[in-house]
Amino acid sequence: MKLPGILPLLLSVLLALPAADTLAAEPRSGYDYIKQSTRDMQDDDFENPGLLTVEQGRQLFNKVPEGQGKSCAACHGTDAEELDVTHIARYPVHDGNGLVTLQKQISRCRENSGNNSLPTNHAELVALETFVRNRAAGETVNVQTDGPMAALLEKGEQLYRLRYGLIDMSCQHCHDFYPGQRIRGQNISQGMGNGFPAYRLDIGEITNLHQRIQQCLTLMRAEPFAADSEEINLMGLYIMSRSNGLKIETPAVRY
Amino acid sequence: MKQTRNNLTSQILLMLLVLSISPAITIAAEQALPADYCQWDVTDYAIAQPLCGLAGDDARGREIVTDSGSGNCLACHQLPIPDVEAYGTIGPPLTAIGARLTEGQIRLRVVDTRKINPMSIMPGFYRDPRLIHRPDKRYAGRTFLNAQQVEDVIAYLVTLK
Repeated sequence: MKLPGILPLLLSVLLALPAADTLAAEPRSGYDYIKQSTRDMQDDDFENPGLLTVEQGRQLFNKVPEGQGKSCAACHGTDAEELDVTHIARYPVHDGNGLVTLQKQISRCRENSGNNSLPTNHAELVALETFVRNRAAGETVNVQTDGPMAALLEKGEQLYRLRYGLIDMSCQHCHDFYPGQRIRGQNISQGMGNGFPAYRLDIGEITNLHQRIQQCLTLMRAEPFAADSEEINLMGLYIMSRSNGLKIETPAVRY
Repeated sequence: MKQTRNNLTSQILLMLLVLSISPAITIAAEQALPADYCQWDVTDYAIAQPLCGLAGDDARGREIVTDSGSGNCLACHQLPIPDVEAYGTIGPPLTAIGARLTEGQIRLRVVDTRKINPMSIMPGFYRDPRLIHRPDKRYAGRTFLNAQQVEDVIAYLVTLK
């Protein structure tokens, strides 16, 4: 059989791409890319600093607002045992109007129960998000990818592939082409969302996925997307959907 | 993730197509270049002339490539510099780069390597600032390194033989 003349050219383009296994790879948790000492810290309930935030979240979950109102625990149980962990693993979800992150759902629920309104990524909301997500630790990330999500995921993927800032890289440059390689001493991961909110050793703070994206954009010397902006919600959705099939590790410990 | 490669291939082909039609598409016309930005010309995959006609200093260049707040070449490349705790492994090692490439070829790779490989992860250290997407305000209209720094880095790299 004769090959069309263009085929060798196309093949040479394909072969010139970065290693194929990084492109078609199955998703791997950031856990696989961190140092053994960091894994040990994550796995030890006394060593993992993220568990302090889980405990803060638990207290907030049980706190009764001043005046009229009720605590989260009044409906969902003191240990949030009434929450469906398989549903927690679905976030972010589409509520018919648009994307709802886990934190936004918690925020809405709080306000509906007579609590004051808090801005996105307020420390108390991040703590509640960490506590609730931690309830689903070990569950499989299971973000909807069909229906109304399909078009949103396409937009999120486009944002993932755009270059940003003076450093002028896209997310895909590091996390699709070079996972396993090192920037200085740090391993590059696939940029998965299953460990978030995670405790970041680099900054010594608990960080949810959207905050991590903002921090990465700042590192690129780019103007980060604003909290709760359309862009960050779309990118967060896309990244979490890539993590489908991975176990939730909240609170993971990451560099 | 399975579809990534197909998407990537079509993206590259699309990018090549776009580049071949009109480079002006990606340039925001209303943005002015900084007054001190020197134009450069690519011939045979090289920039023969030093930026702004400047002469580089290899000792300063060696400092720039190691300084994580400046060129930070070590973030991605191995270099024959002792006592460095950790090198990046993203880019090719630069040992003997001066024996493998001419000065002009090195200059193009430092200035804007995407003239050679549009998908490269490497930042263009003297790329047209109008091509940078969404820069932080502190960096808008700036190049990664200034022309003198680029020439210093090149003066250092050509000594690696």
